[in-house]
Amino acid sequence: MSLAPDAVWRALEEIPDPEIPVISIVDLGVVKDVRVEDETVHVDFTPTFMGCPALDTMRRQIEDAVRGLGGEPEVRVVLDDSWSTDRISREGRQKLRTAGFAPPPPRSAGAPTLVQLERGPFRCPWCGSTDTRLENVFGPTPCRSLRYCDACRQPFEQFKTI
Amino acid sequence: MSDRVDLLLSLADDELLLGWRNSEWTGIAPFLEEDVAFSSIAQNEIGHARALYELAARELGTDADALAFDRTLDEYRSAPLVELRRLEWARTIARHWLYETADAIRLEALKGSDDVELAGIAAKIDREEVYHRIHAEMWIDRLLATDEGRGRLDEALEELWPYALGVLDDELRPELVRRAEERLGRSLPAVEPVPRGRHEAELAELHDEMTMVRRSAPAGARW
Repeated sequence: MSLAPDAVWRALEEIPDPEIPVISIVDLGVVKDVRVEDETVHVDFTPTFMGCPALDTMRRQIEDAVRGLGGEPEVRVVLDDSWSTDRISREGRQKLRTAGFAPPPPRSAGAPTLVQLERGPFRCPWCGSTDTRLENVFGPTPCRSLRYCDACRQPFEQFKTI
Repeated sequence: MSDRVDLLLSLADDELLLGWRNSEWTGIAPFLEEDVAFSSIAQNEIGHARALYELAARELGTDADALAFDRTLDEYRSAPLVELRRLEWARTIARHWLYETADAIRLEALKGSDDVELAGIAAKIDREEVYHRIHAEMWIDRLLATDEGRGRLDEALEELWPYALGVLDDELRPELVRRAEERLGRSLPAVEPVPRGRHEAELAELHDEMTMVRRSAPAGARW
């Protein structure tokens, strides 16, 4: 008997992001599709940032999870523009904020600009103030920027919108 | 080799070599925030290279690492701009800005390509490059704000401008001229581009360094 896709999704929901373990890869939105054909479980996986060192680990964890259910994994990496930070679930955003990461603002019509990053209302995940400023467009991983909160005087990591 | 593979390799080689050059600032940038920035940009560029090599590798029946590291010097399709080793800040910034400006023009063209796979990957790369451009433009603002900064930028541009023109094909070059002149508020000299396919002496040294692990562990290194 072949596996139910729901069972696969539930198993994938248990896989933490290798770098930010508070959020699962399903919350992160990198699993695009799950299809079951007899013993084979097809998982479409879309990378976040292309230079993210966690991608290979995620892929391996997906394969292990499928094997753990008795299925044969076939992970397809989809390299197009279909992953966006907008795919991070509402629950995922709350988990990020609780862990001290400011979730990414929604994608807007145009590409982000320096003026937006400098003047936009970015909320501090610690105290909730928007009295924050950009310290560095780049941060400890490709997906994050560094900001500083002038209200509670704490630095914090802000997810970039892509 | 198909035109498509040739295009993919030239894009990937540019990103790999520039990523490598940018990573040379890791640990020694003039200040910590730039150390973080250049390291992160390097990581992104190498990630783009990997995805592009994978696309080419599928057509050639090989893998991304083999394309990145097992080819001879002559087989690289990189633009000489990315091969230069310029550990001097104004030149680093000038190269960064020139490359990102040229790359934006190239990506815009690729996003409209009939090759759906290539258009998709270009769109994804472009989302990340937005942040590189923001960083480069911020530095151009800083350099243009003082006489000393402008002087240093001009000196760097004098050397690098012919190289920047060499990143793009003939039909895209006028757009680079237009954007660069508009941004700088002055005209740039009409010079001969330093074309792709000819390599800078510094590439030999870089090639030697980046292929070292592959050569010393032909069966594959594990760590």
